[in-house]
Amino acid sequence: MKKELEKRTVTGPDGQVFEVDPLKDYFCEATPTVQTGEYLQIVEDLFNWARSNSIWVLGFGTGCGAIEMRPLMTPRFDAYRYGVQWRATPRQSNLFIVSGYLSVKTLKRVVRAYEQMQSPKYVMGLGSCTINGGMYWDSYNTIKQLDDYLPVDLYVTGCMPRPEALLSGIEALKKIIREGRGEGANIYAERFEWYKANQKKVIQDWDMPDYNW
Amino acid sequence: MRDIYERLLKTFSLGELIEQRPDLAFITVPQAQLQDVLIRLRDREGFTHLVLLTAVDWIEDNQFQLTYLLSNREAAVDLGLRVMIPRDEPVMSSIHIIWPTAATYQRELKEMFGIDFLDSPGIDEPFILEGWSDIPPYRRDFDTKKYAEETYSNRPWRETLDPQEHMKKQLYPDGT
Amino acid sequence: MDFEWIKIPYALLSLFIVLNYGLLMTALVTKIGARAGRRYGIPIYQNYIDILKNMALRTSLTHGVMFYLGPVFRLSGGVGLLLFMPLIFGSEMFSNFSFAGDLMLVLYFIFFGMLGMALGAGESGSPHAAIGVSRGLSQVTTSELPLALAVFAVALQYQTLSITDIVAAQQHGWTSWTLFTNPLAVIAAMFSFLGSMMRPPFDIVLAPQEIPIGPPTEYHSSYLAAMQTNRMIFAVAKVVVYMNLFFGGASNWFELFIKVFLIYLFSAFVGVCFPRFRVEQSVRWFLVWAVPPGILAILLV
Repeated sequence: MKKELEKRTVTGPDGQVFEVDPLKDYFCEATPTVQTGEYLQIVEDLFNWARSNSIWVLGFGTGCGAIEMRPLMTPRFDAYRYGVQWRATPRQSNLFIVSGYLSVKTLKRVVRAYEQMQSPKYVMGLGSCTINGGMYWDSYNTIKQLDDYLPVDLYVTGCMPRPEALLSGIEALKKIIREGRGEGANIYAERFEWYKANQKKVIQDWDMPDYNW
Repeated sequence: MRDIYERLLKTFSLGELIEQRPDLAFITVPQAQLQDVLIRLRDREGFTHLVLLTAVDWIEDNQFQLTYLLSNREAAVDLGLRVMIPRDEPVMSSIHIIWPTAATYQRELKEMFGIDFLDSPGIDEPFILEGWSDIPPYRRDFDTKKYAEETYSNRPWRETLDPQEHMKKQLYPDGT
Repeated sequence: MDFEWIKIPYALLSLFIVLNYGLLMTALVTKIGARAGRRYGIPIYQNYIDILKNMALRTSLTHGVMFYLGPVFRLSGGVGLLLFMPLIFGSEMFSNFSFAGDLMLVLYFIFFGMLGMALGAGESGSPHAAIGVSRGLSQVTTSELPLALAVFAVALQYQTLSITDIVAAQQHGWTSWTLFTNPLAVIAAMFSFLGSMMRPPFDIVLAPQEIPIGPPTEYHSSYLAAMQTNRMIFAVAKVVVYMNLFFGGASNWFELFIKVFLIYLFSAFVGVCFPRFRVEQSVRWFLVWAVPPGILAILLV
């Protein structure tokens, strides 16, 4: 546990002494809940259409595959015309592209960033490293199956996939969202215990709240 | 190269000079004299740049080899200093006073090989591995494959081919 | 002056028209910017989808009361700016709630949203938001300076604080526009315009390419939708201020659309041509290049 997350007593500027428990005071303890869609199916369909056509990607490259995301912004591929944008903050993003190998240290940050995204949110695993370990299958420090730790909507295979493959992956994800199958956030909420157990098994110094709002 | 070696020999008890290329040579230095040799090389011989500091695990000889690679930019020559330290008690003096960048290398070596550098700043902080509890992963008695299989779940239908056999089959399918 | 209730639906109608026009125009200008970079660019209806998607997000969380009020302040800044300004000259329907001293109120409203935003973003507790707010406020403050000078120059020139009167004075052909009668004030104001439109070279505050995305770091779902809506309204409303003060106003919707588009395109044009300033560079730029024409304009009037 990090030092700044431990319980401590603090003296305020006016001399008042009070106890601070950062995990309780600064973070919400509530676990995620299953969010149902709209009551009317036609409204939900409209929303799904809007979600599929306005995919905001979190600009977080976890591994070597991040280099394949950059060309998508350039004139050659121009993902913006498909409604894809990159956002700098997880609060505004909908799609998390886990690009390439994922070391345990990065996994910790990925989990935090993923949990801060707003539902409905999607995860795309890019490259064979996220699928079965890829060329890092016997590494001591990279995970082998991404879907043990996060609910993955879609995998794009390759080592590395070309930007075209990533674009076609996004098109496939759009279909998934339009069909109403992009419910990764709800799966995460339903199987929260299982995901947390898996995450804690590999992240050995767990120094953050269980759920990062 | 040879003349630098001759000059150093007057003060220090060094091992053989191994000249790999005209601009690259290695000298083995006793553990206790390393700091003095480094300061001498930096101040008198113009080796102002620490290129890297790395280690080799000679598990058969029960030794770690530390390599300090220095560069003389004006003369465009590199000189590597090798220090052998016992594997059972891997403790070394820190050189962060001579080159502050060495502190980062030393943190890495502490984490990956378990070599302790006395008084190096931040030596005990986690560098890449956070909360590692096994033996340091770059030591040769650490079985990476076994560790990976035990810690991370395998996808069941993955098959791993031996590259040599696989390429043989691909290139010469009739078995010649 | 007695209040006419019929003005309220008229004002709402103009708000609706301006919102839709703003959504389409900003998308079109983004597309033009993309074409300048040899990209295809976003679809023209992308802004609608983005706002709909942000409203459709299922979860949202708050950091306190001010966090709610930030986007509300911002939106009311944009809407207020629009409501207290005559849109179409000579039209009873679309002169909204303009009154004798509305020029002062308009100046206030331009700054109002930014202040509300600063309070809301400060409440979110994200260090990136705090950095963004301090950057944004320092930049907007300096870019307001030439605008204020230019507005004072114009007010002195026409001896009135009513936008309607200023527009009326410019109705004798295009040579009577402030652009030609008081060019220095217009230069100062157009420099300031570049600074407030959040386009390069002055968009470091909000640029998504920067690591801290600025004040809206923590804003999401419907908060963000409200802010996007405001951005569309505010962009058009602000351009309408400029059009009224310096470019002779508009006597019908078509003229307004064309003029607003051209003035807006000016900032986009500068934006695709120049790289981004850092904050201290842009502050210096405003003080060195934009303030002196403003002062000169006042002196010469």
